[in-house]
Amino acid sequence: MLHSIAKHIPALTVAIPLLTAFSVPVVGRFNVKLRNILVVLGTVLTSAAGLFLAYLVFTQGSLTYAFGAVSPELTVPPDSGGIPIRIIFSIDAFSAFMVLIVSIVGMVSTLYSLSSEKMRTGQDGFFSLLLLLITGVIGMVSTGDLFNLFVFLEIASLSGAALVAYRIDKGIAVEAGLKYAMISTTAGLFVLLAVGIFYSQYGSLNMAVIADKIQFTQLDMFALVFLIVPMAMKCGSVPMHLWTPDAYSRAPAGVTAFLVVSSQASLYVLFRVCFSLFNITMNTQVFGWIVIIFGVLSMFVGVTMALPQKTVKRLMSYHAVSQTGYMLLGVGVGLATLGNPEALNAYGKTAMVGGVFHIINHALYKGLLFLTAGAVIYATGKRNLNELGGLGHTMKYTMVFFLVGAFAIAGMPPFNGYASKFMIYESVFKFNPLLAIVAIIVSILTLASFMKVFHSMFMGPKLPSVGEVREVPKPMLVSMGVLAVLVVLGGLFPDIIIKSVIEPAVNALLAQGDYIGMVLGGQ
Amino acid sequence: MGAFETLQSGFGFWNPFVWLGVFLLTMLIALLIRGLGTKKYKPGTPQTKPFISGNREENIEQLHVRAGNLYWGFLESMKSYYKHVVRIHSGMISDYLLWLFATMAIILVIGIYL
Repeated sequence: MLHSIAKHIPALTVAIPLLTAFSVPVVGRFNVKLRNILVVLGTVLTSAAGLFLAYLVFTQGSLTYAFGAVSPELTVPPDSGGIPIRIIFSIDAFSAFMVLIVSIVGMVSTLYSLSSEKMRTGQDGFFSLLLLLITGVIGMVSTGDLFNLFVFLEIASLSGAALVAYRIDKGIAVEAGLKYAMISTTAGLFVLLAVGIFYSQYGSLNMAVIADKIQFTQLDMFALVFLIVPMAMKCGSVPMHLWTPDAYSRAPAGVTAFLVVSSQASLYVLFRVCFSLFNITMNTQVFGWIVIIFGVLSMFVGVTMALPQKTVKRLMSYHAVSQTGYMLLGVGVGLATLGNPEALNAYGKTAMVGGVFHIINHALYKGLLFLTAGAVIYATGKRNLNELGGLGHTMKYTMVFFLVGAFAIAGMPPFNGYASKFMIYESVFKFNPLLAIVAIIVSILTLASFMKVFHSMFMGPKLPSVGEVREVPKPMLVSMGVLAVLVVLGGLFPDIIIKSVIEPAVNALLAQGDYIGMVLGGQ
Repeated sequence: MGAFETLQSGFGFWNPFVWLGVFLLTMLIALLIRGLGTKKYKPGTPQTKPFISGNREENIEQLHVRAGNLYWGFLESMKSYYKHVVRIHSGMISDYLLWLFATMAIILVIGIYL
């Protein structure tokens, strides 16, 4: 039984949330309690499948899953002329690392939303869309097929846009949702164009096949730009980040926490394209520097735009942009040194480890911070920092969780953000000291910004204008607590996480040959 | 791979437990110094009320320093930077897409000529 589940686990991670998403509105028409049980069950099973999948990959090695084949491992049928014709999931350690993040944050976001959205209407559609978003993101990070990637990208984009607009909010949320839909669709069209370019040249949609044959022709260069620039926009990189504060600040808090992961899935695609698809066929130094410049701009513009913000979620959204900059910087340095094995081993790989480690850290502490912001809005009905104050008297748990997230994002020891930033500072300094100095200054500004939020929301006397405030319901506290504990554990045991999860993920990203062999070797 | 192992970056090291030990020791010293202070105060008297340079305490709403009042100096000194960077954040979807197309065009040119 367990062997059979293990065999089909890559398909189950997508099938479970997809089937649950379509069952939720049907069950919800008859019984609300049963619908909630179904949502919890679907989310827990999805996360369990995701965690099991990650465990299998980290302990036994990469997995491939050919849909519709006699055996899921049969990626290249004997009579296909050596071409993998089916949709294939190629899950190496980097994919498994992303599945791990989706599993944790997806479950926490859904459980939080079950409580925070309890009193609101339209929950059938809400949870259906949330589960579709989870499906889309898992698919994006699991698939080895470019057209399939486009399909999952669209699923994630459209469900994400619908969720951003879901609460209407006098039309402001709808506007934010429309903007998100517009930029996502434009990004999707460019991805589709790139897919067409590859198919016309190499006659395949499979990433491993294309990576094996790629010549880096002028057309390939266009395809590369059509893939990495829209993905940089989708992950919120400056100067294409403008949609981020609109969408993140208007979506319900549980959704925003997961939208961060959805953006990271775009970052995953960007890195996957650069390392697994093109690798050293392209000018890695030039494109590495392009990624680094995206990173530095995102870090600096993100944090400086956060400082003057007056609404709590908008401020945090700009910080999400800023933190994405660290990931781009770390992995960008790895890309810039890819053609120089000496530099790659000396500091490029460490920078990549720092950048990739920052992805999971960011998902945890930024998710936590958005949930605490949602808790404050839930309890007070206010999102303007100028109208808040003194909440520390009544919302003690939320305040502690906020502090954990704030210290982590600012890179304060011993929280998880410090460990990844430490790796980035030290290695990037060797590459270019100026970049490391910018990264440190951005961290200081981040701390300053979050101290402003902490003071404005939680410090000071109880304000009569805020009214009687009570702590949020327990399920919301538990959701925040889970992320807070993980943030602390990530900070206390960084070595374990790096050695067991991050380094295998970075090694998988660097080993293009293994990625190709994973699919083409399965004949 | 032990739970308390030191993280090596290749250039430096980081061990959260060493940091925690030093932090706790510092807190202990701070507490000891605090313990040397005077304990003679009378609760419920002006001794335990906020002292605002001899001025009378204003009403509670006015006492709280609001978010908009923080970092005023920083924002004022960076005014010329913010003038440009805020203008970019127009909220117009056509601008958002223009930034995408412009970035794409620049990178295409860089990619072709470098």
